[in-house]
Amino acid sequence: MSSTLTKPDRPTEEQRRAGGNAKLTWRQRRGHWDVKYSPYLYIAPFFLVFAVTGLFPILYTAFISTQDWDLVRNTGSYVGFEHFAWVLQDREFWIALRNTFSIFLFSSVPQIIVATVIAAMLDQNLRAKTFWRMGVLLPYVVAPVAVSLIFSNMFGDKSGLVNTLLGDIGINPILWHTDVIPSHIAIATMVNFRWTGYNALILLAAMQAIPRDLFEAAAIDGAGAMRRFWSVTIPQIRPTMVFVIITSTIGGLQIFDEPRMYDTFGLGGANKQWLTITMYLYNTGWGKFNFGRAAAVAWILFLIIVSISLVNFFLTQRLIASDTVAKKVKPKRVKASKGGK
Amino acid sequence: MARRRSTSISSGRPKWFVYGVLAIVLATAIFPFYWSFLIGSGDQSTIYATNFSWIPGGNFIHNATEVLKNPAVNFWKALGNSVIVSTTTAITTVVLSTLAGFAFAKLRFRGSGVLLVAVIATMAVPVQLGVVPLYILMQKFGWTGSLGAVIIPALVTAFGVFWMTQYLSQSLPTELIEAARVDGCSMIRTFWHVGLTAARPAAAMLFLFTFVTTWNNFFWPFIVLDQNNPTLPVALSLLQANYFVDYSLVLAGVLLATVPLLLLFIFAGKQLVSGIMQGAVKG
Repeated sequence: MSSTLTKPDRPTEEQRRAGGNAKLTWRQRRGHWDVKYSPYLYIAPFFLVFAVTGLFPILYTAFISTQDWDLVRNTGSYVGFEHFAWVLQDREFWIALRNTFSIFLFSSVPQIIVATVIAAMLDQNLRAKTFWRMGVLLPYVVAPVAVSLIFSNMFGDKSGLVNTLLGDIGINPILWHTDVIPSHIAIATMVNFRWTGYNALILLAAMQAIPRDLFEAAAIDGAGAMRRFWSVTIPQIRPTMVFVIITSTIGGLQIFDEPRMYDTFGLGGANKQWLTITMYLYNTGWGKFNFGRAAAVAWILFLIIVSISLVNFFLTQRLIASDTVAKKVKPKRVKASKGGK
Repeated sequence: MARRRSTSISSGRPKWFVYGVLAIVLATAIFPFYWSFLIGSGDQSTIYATNFSWIPGGNFIHNATEVLKNPAVNFWKALGNSVIVSTTTAITTVVLSTLAGFAFAKLRFRGSGVLLVAVIATMAVPVQLGVVPLYILMQKFGWTGSLGAVIIPALVTAFGVFWMTQYLSQSLPTELIEAARVDGCSMIRTFWHVGLTAARPAAAMLFLFTFVTTWNNFFWPFIVLDQNNPTLPVALSLLQANYFVDYSLVLAGVLLATVPLLLLFIFAGKQLVSGIMQGAVKG
């Protein structure tokens, strides 16, 4: 179709023969520039915004982390790696690191397991599919700050709902705002409340892309529902699983809203029971107004996130990969021998 | 047993058990809202009562007006600000991401591959990393405390660009663009008439997603805005500081702040759900 028509932005054969580009009309030349430079113009806004609000700050953070920053003059004097050394020697930093990891584990591990189960249930031929999917996603639209205020009340130490219910079945009240592990569980619950459904939908999408005849084949071979889930569903959604694990790692290590709003003071509890690294960063930068140290914390956090993501990536790749191979090979052999008989 | 179940994978309906579990999941999703209403409609004594009732009290309107008229919380201002920030951000993100996505997906230019990788790579950078200098930058511009400080960094997102690129490269036939070009459309008109039209479903999803994310965003607005000019999550944090002993007021306020987004979700949630589903398949 296009070969029979003349494109307005290119010179015609006749024009080319008659003298090439030199004789292009203004209109054609404009068309030529349009094709050549427009794409750059279209992607420019993203790179401009990123340069100013992303790239520059990242590099500048590195610079500030080596400075003793003067808030009034908004300049600093060089102190080298002093801030990094200070942060790494600060007890509070290590408590924050411990808390962050603890909350992260309490949230992401059960979350991904439950999300996978919910996804598997949604993956069946349900009535009112959209209704269930929307229901599962509902918590996701609620602001974490709001979730935190609600759950902080439900997990009240003295008269919270959870303790009252526990009391009804004869369990002593748990000090959700005082003890370390209970406070981590309460905060992880908020995270799970908000993200489980979201992750379930992402996993569901991956499950729906699995060719149905794989299940049929497995079923004919005598695999029950559980077996099909482990040997077909899980290996097939591996890339999405890796994606979910990595995004929840990145999100989990940055957690701020929920622990910050868990009590009125926002300092992470009397003994810093639920202080997280991002809270520590905030308190250093905007509580103690030490921007140099805050910048150092930011870099340390960044390095932790990158390394954990990489470890996660390789681990999940390997674990699930070896699983797939083992399970793919074994049933085949069984099948072959059965067929031989 | 196994045989009978096996037929259900492709054709039959799942058992009541599945609906039962999903109903529990749904109840878990709704319960916290009911709980906030329960507390928010009572007064202070209800919370400390040893046997609380599961029936709402009659104080919700009273508590809500109490929150609404508190000058320290600035509720209406916060609501307005959240609407402004979320709408602006969502619109610019959709337009600029579609523009960039159109270029990456359908136009040929030198370095496009490398640049696209660069876009995706920026997604891995945590917000916290740039927060200190960004704050200093905003201070230098004199923008701290103003909505611009929240809007400018969020004008366009890497996720948006990536999302639109993915969508357009799969759903916009290159022939359509060629046809428009042949008909004499300039690039920008081609984008406007062909690109933007084809992008509509993905754009709707991106709009919703950006809107919700911006609406709920707390960390950066909390740093850069002050009490006089908050967004809703920032106002909620003030709410807690103001009524820290009176949870019925805090939770009434939480519910008030949550209603707008719940309404949006009821009307447009279907789109959001299908968008998330779609994104996962392609991503």
